[in-house]
Amino acid sequence: MKEQMESVILQCDEVTVDFDGFKAVQGMNLTLARGELRFLIGPNGAGKTTMLDVICGKTKPAVGKVLFGGSRVDITRKKEHQIAELGIGRKFQTPSIFASLTVYENFEIAMKQNRGVFAAMRAKLRKEDAERIAAQLDMVGLADKAQWRAGGLSHGEKQWLEIGMMLLQEPEILLLDEPVAGMTDNETEKTGELLQEIRKKQSIVVVEHDMEFVRNFASFVTVMHEGKLLKEGSMDEVQRDDRVAEVYLGKRRDADASRSTA
Amino acid sequence: MPIRKLSAQRLWLLAAYTAAAALLFCAPLMLSDFRLNLLAKFLAYAIVALGLDLIWGYTGILSLGHGVFFGLGGYAMAMYLKMDASGGKLPDFMDWSGLTKLPWFWKPFESLPFAIAAGILLPALLALILGFFTFRNRIRGVYFTILTQALVIITTTLFIGQQAYTGGTNGLTGYSKLFGFSLGSPETKRWLYWVTVALLIGAFLLCRFLVKSRFGKVLRAIRDGENRARFIGYNPAIYQMVAFSFSAGLAGLAGMLFVLHVGIISPSMMGIVPSIEMVLWVAIGGRGTLAGAVIGAVLLNYAKSTFSESYPNIWILFMGALFVVVVVFLPKGAAGLFGQFKWLRRRKAADEGADGVRYPAV
Repeated sequence: MKEQMESVILQCDEVTVDFDGFKAVQGMNLTLARGELRFLIGPNGAGKTTMLDVICGKTKPAVGKVLFGGSRVDITRKKEHQIAELGIGRKFQTPSIFASLTVYENFEIAMKQNRGVFAAMRAKLRKEDAERIAAQLDMVGLADKAQWRAGGLSHGEKQWLEIGMMLLQEPEILLLDEPVAGMTDNETEKTGELLQEIRKKQSIVVVEHDMEFVRNFASFVTVMHEGKLLKEGSMDEVQRDDRVAEVYLGKRRDADASRSTA
Repeated sequence: MPIRKLSAQRLWLLAAYTAAAALLFCAPLMLSDFRLNLLAKFLAYAIVALGLDLIWGYTGILSLGHGVFFGLGGYAMAMYLKMDASGGKLPDFMDWSGLTKLPWFWKPFESLPFAIAAGILLPALLALILGFFTFRNRIRGVYFTILTQALVIITTTLFIGQQAYTGGTNGLTGYSKLFGFSLGSPETKRWLYWVTVALLIGAFLLCRFLVKSRFGKVLRAIRDGENRARFIGYNPAIYQMVAFSFSAGLAGLAGMLFVLHVGIISPSMMGIVPSIEMVLWVAIGGRGTLAGAVIGAVLLNYAKSTFSESYPNIWILFMGALFVVVVVFLPKGAAGLFGQFKWLRRRKAADEGADGVRYPAV
């Protein structure tokens, strides 16, 4: 971990989110290194998704700072689209794609580019753009459906479309909320490998419930409970921690949980 | 699409557009002066419909206030014509209202270029301001639509109340010349008709360019998922403001042409009813297709004048029936009919219908 800590890309300081008196997140600290793949786990209502919302600007924290990048700008006062342009991409839990646009058009507008109105009016699809989109289509396996309307894709295909859009956006940090929900084992495996591939260049924060997936692909895990940081460490350390077992794994007496506490 | 191919469908479309344009240019040979003047008016309405389609069909924002933008364009042109007709004297209605001096804001309308610029830019600017205060604060859907209705009421009330400056309920009329040519002569009317056709084609091509550009794709993206667009880095408010403002500018242009064809503009022509009618043209023609908007505006107004001539007492019932039929059986409007022919479809499977496009309710 040490060498990674030298280049911090995201630092959340004492973040507190207040929803009309209910503190969804309380004094949460989170530091993400460049090239890190971080898993954020915890029982329902622990504030994981809210934490992602704070980072991407959807929710404004009552207290605390979120410092981003080398210049360590505080992004909590910025608008969502400004944060996205700075280089933070977000994938929501339910696939949200542009239904009436074709798969190709979804990629075309997601691609990293000048997002201004007049730039968009003059924008031409250059050769290198077409090649990048073609490569992305191949990667997510939608090449033969490029001219389909995105609304007609299956759930899994929409998930992949959205992941592809996010990669074309070339963010420095990817925030993924349950990326493998609703995917087959095969697709889950493929997603895990993709995450390993992405972290070579970008940093990733993943909120995930699928413990098997976390065990297979996580190196460093942050456990949240009732809006607070409970434990941070490797998957092994986390699994051995008594408090984690008690609040999270202990309470969920499903097959997964009992295996991990054993 | 990365590669532009002249496919069979494209050729058909191109042929259809060319034929339509040729037909429009030749219409003076086939129609009486009276009919030609009516058609000219309908074509001016079609320009409004194009702009409305851009903001409603493509961006998903329903404006029930386009009558105001149309009216502002009309007043700008009428003010020039009135000044011209008064020949340096005070316009007649000001005299009747007891004004002795020309109001300062009337002065620049002595110049035709100024009037034309104002007729387009004033509505565009008003829309930009309204958009700035609404879209930026994420006011949308029904709330935005209600605000546009409020704009209509405020504007018409203002125009009616300020009789000395605006001509009140009567509006502005009583002018007859443009560049010294009589507005009533068949010759002038024919020229004005051709100008309208040219401007309609220009507006159509401009809208088509916008819709096909990446700007147009972003507009549709914002319609499908405003928040999603935000999280990939687009600022929806700016896009909505530009689209709304452009749309208002087109309505202003149409208003100017309307005044030249009809010879009067009054608050009742920019009120609630015309504003809603404009939306119906687009709904019936088919929102989200530019040709549909044009067809809707022309067909509906044609139907309106035919019904009202043939059945002066009950024509309004026919209009109502037409609306019901279209809404129930052709939810995508007249243009949706073409989608029924397989060979005209450009996209494979998973076509519209199932794609979950939602528009704010009428």
